[in-house]
Amino acid sequence: MIALVNIKNSRTNLEHDQKKESEIASNRKVIHLRVYRKNPKQGKSSHFDKFEVPVQRWTTVLDALLHAKGYLDNSIAIRYSCRMASCGSCGMKINGIPRLACYTKVSEIDENIITCEPLPNFPIIRDLVTDFSDFFEHHRAMEPFIHNPNADIVDKNSLTEFIQSPKDVERYLQSSYCIKCGLCYSACPSVGTDTKFPGPQALAQAYRYFADNRDDATQSRLDIVDTKHGIWRCHFAGSCSVVCPKGVDPALGIQLLRGHLVSFSKNDKKLAESRTRSLGKI
Amino acid sequence: MLMLKESQIMKIHYISGVAALFVVAVHILIRLPVVTGMPFSMSLEYENVVANYQNIAYAVLLESMLVLIAIHGFNGLRIILLEFRQNIVWENGVTVFTLVAMIALIAYGTRTILIANGLG
Ligand code: SF4
Ligand code: FES
Repeated sequence: MIALVNIKNSRTNLEHDQKKESEIASNRKVIHLRVYRKNPKQGKSSHFDKFEVPVQRWTTVLDALLHAKGYLDNSIAIRYSCRMASCGSCGMKINGIPRLACYTKVSEIDENIITCEPLPNFPIIRDLVTDFSDFFEHHRAMEPFIHNPNADIVDKNSLTEFIQSPKDVERYLQSSYCIKCGLCYSACPSVGTDTKFPGPQALAQAYRYFADNRDDATQSRLDIVDTKHGIWRCHFAGSCSVVCPKGVDPALGIQLLRGHLVSFSKNDKKLAESRTRSLGKI
Repeated sequence: MLMLKESQIMKIHYISGVAALFVVAVHILIRLPVVTGMPFSMSLEYENVVANYQNIAYAVLLESMLVLIAIHGFNGLRIILLEFRQNIVWENGVTVFTLVAMIALIAYGTRTILIANGLG
């Protein structure tokens, strides 16, 4: 009796495994991966290499690239780290649109040929790896930290607590989600034509700290972006906000900051500052 | 202009743009037969146009149109040229060129308005 039950069980398991395998097989397909290849150090002109890669419903473009690198050509240069849209290092142009390779499923592109190119507006180091030096320089120029003398940790015992209401946080929270992936920078037509233009990421950060009511440097932040090649060179194409994988809306931040610069918008931050001050008195 | 901040220049740019729209609209609407009391084509005849110039209110309208459009247009040109190249020599050159060209155009246009008005 026991033997009979075991035979029945193993048959069910076998059927289950077969079903699973055929399910996987039906999900599996082969795509053509076109990878941009260039090594500026060798001085050769760029070209595309084509790879046939098996993919499944859940395969990301990064998975496909790593398959090609692992089994077909280990010289492909790719930059990645977290594989979960957190580190911002795997940005590339995928079928013409700047995206994170780890956050883009092959199935969502819905095409048999997937073309991977380096991000536009960045100098190429090799293949899909680009140089972010200028991008980070623009970010640094925005002084992306809180300016507030009370925030300096001089004496640990006299540390100040900055109380913010949920509304105060809401003003800048969205912009603080930026992972510095550079997708917005690569999609921006103004960055493409004006090398001194800080780009949407840096300007969104300028807005992020401007809108933070813990920050004291309201005027100096406006002065940083109020230059010949600063915030006014944005043409409001809006492509930065479209490509951002983290839901940041740099175009909105830029427009809000511009509104403050021409005094068309009421200064929420000053209002918040005075409110905080009056709360402090109570 | 050299001393102005970019935000101040842009404020002037926006205001001159909106104001230019208004004066151009008045300039066009003033030609309507209901206003001039004559057919549209006749209102554009030489004598009628000169007569318009001699009307002081109309001359002021033309002058403001000239100034507003020159400011808006030349600043627009400055912005376009700034995007071509990024170095101090080019940037200062563009600023000086657009400023001088704007002043020259306003001066020449004002001269025409004054002569047609009979004041020149
Ligand atoms: S704003 Fe968005 S697209 Fe731009 S760098 Fe930050 S996360 Fe990336
Ligand atoms: S690998 Fe970190 S964002 Fe893609």
